[in-house]
Amino acid sequence: MSKGATGAVPAGAVPEGTPAVELSKVRFSYKTGREVLAIDSLTIARGETVFLHGPSGSGKTTLLGLLAGVLQATSGSVRVLGKDFSTMSGGARDAFRARHLGYVFQMFNLIPYLPVRENILLPVRLEPARRERLGGRSLDDAVRDIASQLDIAQYLDSPIAELSVGQQQRVAAARALMGSPEVVIADEPTSALDTDRREQFLELLFASCAKANATLIFVSHDHTLMPLFSRTVELMNINHAAKVGAGA
Amino acid sequence: MMLLRLALASLRSRLLTTSLTVASIALSVTLLVGIENVRTGVRDSFAGTIRGVDLIVGARGGTLNVLLSAVFGIGSPSGSVKLSTMERWKAHPAVKWVVPYSLGDSHRGFRVVGTTPEFYERYRFRKDGRIVFVSGRAAVADTEVVIGSDVAEKLGYTIGTPVVVVHGLRDIGTSSHEAHPFHVVGILGRTFTPIDRSVYVTLEGIEAMHEPEAAVAGIAGSSMASAEGAGGRVSGGRGQGVTALAAPLAAEKLRAKSAKAAAIVAANKARAAAMAPPAGTPMVMPGAEPPPGIPLVMPGAEPPPSAMPEVKRAADEQKVAAVSEPLAAEPVAAEPEHDHGDDQITAFFVGTKNRFEALMLQREMNTDLVEPLTAVIPGVALGELWQNIGSAEVGLRVIAIFAVAIGLTGMLVALYSSLEARRREMAILRAVGAGPRMIISLLVLESGLLALLGCLIGVAAVYIGLFVAQGPIEQRFGLHLALHPLRSTEWTYLAVVMGAGLVIGFVPAWKAYRTSLVDGLSPRA
Repeated sequence: MSKGATGAVPAGAVPEGTPAVELSKVRFSYKTGREVLAIDSLTIARGETVFLHGPSGSGKTTLLGLLAGVLQATSGSVRVLGKDFSTMSGGARDAFRARHLGYVFQMFNLIPYLPVRENILLPVRLEPARRERLGGRSLDDAVRDIASQLDIAQYLDSPIAELSVGQQQRVAAARALMGSPEVVIADEPTSALDTDRREQFLELLFASCAKANATLIFVSHDHTLMPLFSRTVELMNINHAAKVGAGA
Repeated sequence: MMLLRLALASLRSRLLTTSLTVASIALSVTLLVGIENVRTGVRDSFAGTIRGVDLIVGARGGTLNVLLSAVFGIGSPSGSVKLSTMERWKAHPAVKWVVPYSLGDSHRGFRVVGTTPEFYERYRFRKDGRIVFVSGRAAVADTEVVIGSDVAEKLGYTIGTPVVVVHGLRDIGTSSHEAHPFHVVGILGRTFTPIDRSVYVTLEGIEAMHEPEAAVAGIAGSSMASAEGAGGRVSGGRGQGVTALAAPLAAEKLRAKSAKAAAIVAANKARAAAMAPPAGTPMVMPGAEPPPGIPLVMPGAEPPPSAMPEVKRAADEQKVAAVSEPLAAEPVAAEPEHDHGDDQITAFFVGTKNRFEALMLQREMNTDLVEPLTAVIPGVALGELWQNIGSAEVGLRVIAIFAVAIGLTGMLVALYSSLEARRREMAILRAVGAGPRMIISLLVLESGLLALLGCLIGVAAVYIGLFVAQGPIEQRFGLHLALHPLRSTEWTYLAVVMGAGLVIGFVPAWKAYRTSLVDGLSPRA
């Protein structure tokens, strides 16, 4: 199953019109009987920049875990780029994630002992399919391109510790976008940044996603960012199991 | 490749922990391999003490006794062998050569051995070590002496140095054979065997040492003044008069029993002198050699056959040997090596034409009807001896194994405690698509690298240590530790350390995998 599942959809050849994300009757519980997520339907089209809003306890983290294929839905189906995660093994989901997803954490995105360049190169080093999508450019060129888009080209050989939080988040974005994944998931990547930097960061992120033709799923509890996105999804409205204040 | 880079970068980033862990493993490996080296070195140098000799033949007695006295110069031989017996065996079709080896007196604490020049050619030690003359040549004339390297070094002798040989191992004033000044004609190269601590003379030389003895003893015996040394001298039992003189001495100094024995001896003196010179020996001994209070097991280090059997031997010639077994049954000491009868030697070495015949020859000799003999195959006897005294090495090994266990535990602790700090790292790797297999491989690779590095450094330390300390160890302990490629035992140790390192890596790896799954991709910091 592991190879065949992804092999059916060659890298970079996801059919047009397939939604980036399609959730149907998804239920999830860490412990039997305690549902934390119950979403009947959620569809995100390709190329969208979606603002997924929800306070803590609304199931954001769980939803992202499902979308990234780290968690497996208890029931229902989670389809990303047309692939149903519920039919895939853990290894196949890992491989799928490596090929098609970029992920930006809230903070601590980077491997501390690797320099900026190596951190950005991680996905293409781990996944050959990702590397093929560089379109014949050398790794170095590709890193320079993405780094200059995100305005961090001058830090490529710096140790992580010398970067500010904002710069680190841009490095994380560069890594997520390296090798043009179809879907980029960002989990409150701006929460550690001050307001000016947020907008600057988002502009860079939007531009880069647009250039890579990536779907952006951006999770935050910060309403002020909402207008910048093409669409907003209120998690509280679609997750029937949400209990505000019950802990993420 | 990616994994290796990651693992290396990760280890480098925690340089202090990494080096401490590697150091603890390296130290353990050094200890383990080092002990193994010393152990085999000791065993080899022990087993290599005597080579090229197929059989050591001495008077009937314990195998170890024959081996220890003839090869290591420890203890005393159980008796002596007639030179004619050696000559008789020399004619045996399986025998290629024989070399007499007659332990005798001492020279300033070093053993004096009477032998023939052939000894220097036949004797081998370790692999194919031959006795070489650093200077000079073999002793040929009866006043010529060849000395081992330790003797030359400690006493500062060179060719031509006059040597005075003392009767018995202990150096006592009056007992010096001053009548027979020897002189050094050859100095042997270092062998790291007891040869280095020996003084070699000819068989005639050994005999010659004692020629004037009767006279000396006679004076001593009558005057009683020089009793201490004289006793030893007298004991030779050479010459009828001597034994007779011994009797009063014994009567005065010893118990009645001894006196009685002496009386018997006196009665049998003619026969005794003729066929079994040792007869007289025991009577006189106690007063002479061993310090009072520790009569038997003492410094001259001659655990002697008892006096009474000796006496009996004198009394009824042939039966003797069978009876002469009970070691130290009587409190009266005897020193057979004092019995330099004209045709007596302590032992002789035998080389066979075909080594496979040694066993057969050994049996034949052990059942010699004419003279009770004990023939020993040196390799076998050394092996047996090592079995007995080698148990200490097990203790060493256990200690070394514990050291490795501690080193590996340290590695586990280091890896495990670094995990908490690396949870994020694992989550990041998961996020960029690393599967559990990769996470586990990474951590196992890291611990494997630590173990490998530890092994390499540990082994390197052993070789460097050996290289540096080889000379001093040889100098000081006479222990030759050869630099050699790793033996199979050592490879096994290393494999175990490596294997344990890898297995131990699985523990934190499994935990990390579980953790990174539970962590999911959440940014909980």
